[in-house]
Amino acid sequence: MRMVISLFVGGLFGTGLHLSGMTDTAKVQGFLDFFGAWDVTLAFVMGGAIVPMFFAWRLTATRAPLAGGSFPAKPDPALDRNLILGAVLFGAGWGLVGLCPGPALASLSYGGLGGLVFLVAMLIGMAGAPRAKAWLDRPGVAA
Amino acid sequence: MNVDWFWGLTGGLMIGCAAALYLLGNGRIMGVSGILGGLIEGSARNEMRERLMFLAGLICMPMILQFFSAPSVNTHITSNLGLIIAGGLLVGLGTRIGNGCTSGHGVCGISRLSPRGIVATLVYIAAGALMVVALRALAGGI
Repeated sequence: MRMVISLFVGGLFGTGLHLSGMTDTAKVQGFLDFFGAWDVTLAFVMGGAIVPMFFAWRLTATRAPLAGGSFPAKPDPALDRNLILGAVLFGAGWGLVGLCPGPALASLSYGGLGGLVFLVAMLIGMAGAPRAKAWLDRPGVAA
Repeated sequence: MNVDWFWGLTGGLMIGCAAALYLLGNGRIMGVSGILGGLIEGSARNEMRERLMFLAGLICMPMILQFFSAPSVNTHITSNLGLIIAGGLLVGLGTRIGNGCTSGHGVCGISRLSPRGIVATLVYIAAGALMVVALRALAGGI
């Protein structure tokens, strides 16, 4: 059951990314280009995605997951330095190429060599992150 | 101003339903950087299989769908490998240091009215917009 749900969820997510045009780097960079030929499609994608999730979060208050287990605990709401620094680095890379992790995977079959190189570089960045975090959080540095 | 609102909204609703099903069905947050990062850093056997199934669906559905859409609309990724490598490293590092990407902070965080998700989303959109302005100024286009 959990495996079938996971496969279906991945497939539905990939379908949504493909149909909305979010696997196209030009549409993502077009959204970020507020001072050029602004393409607001991404805002519709984000808005459309938030609506079902808003109701899903409501439902978590009164039930348990269908496949068992429990819902994730609410994280500490504090805004720390790593959150901001990470978002700045991520945003810079996102603007540079027009890909974030979901679309990078979804466009793998038609992104050519460039798409594959991006994915490998992203995985290397992810693998290096725990070390970068340990260095950022080293003793003696104020958070 | 360009907008493809119909397909944007349709695709967006699908993404939201996928995230809702992952949450209500498996009790998990559909955050791609968290799923990938968890696989790299090692996760429990069952969780690992769930994550791999998710990735299989995410990669395979667009692979099938591309045959039904014009090749020109699929992607316009730059041919500059230096930019691609720098962008990939930044996205990988940034999403793991900041604990989320567009799906985790954006879709799942904002809908939960999480201050972290909302702030992270505003910050990465601002950083991305600055980068696009910088690219335009330096290279005369993207």
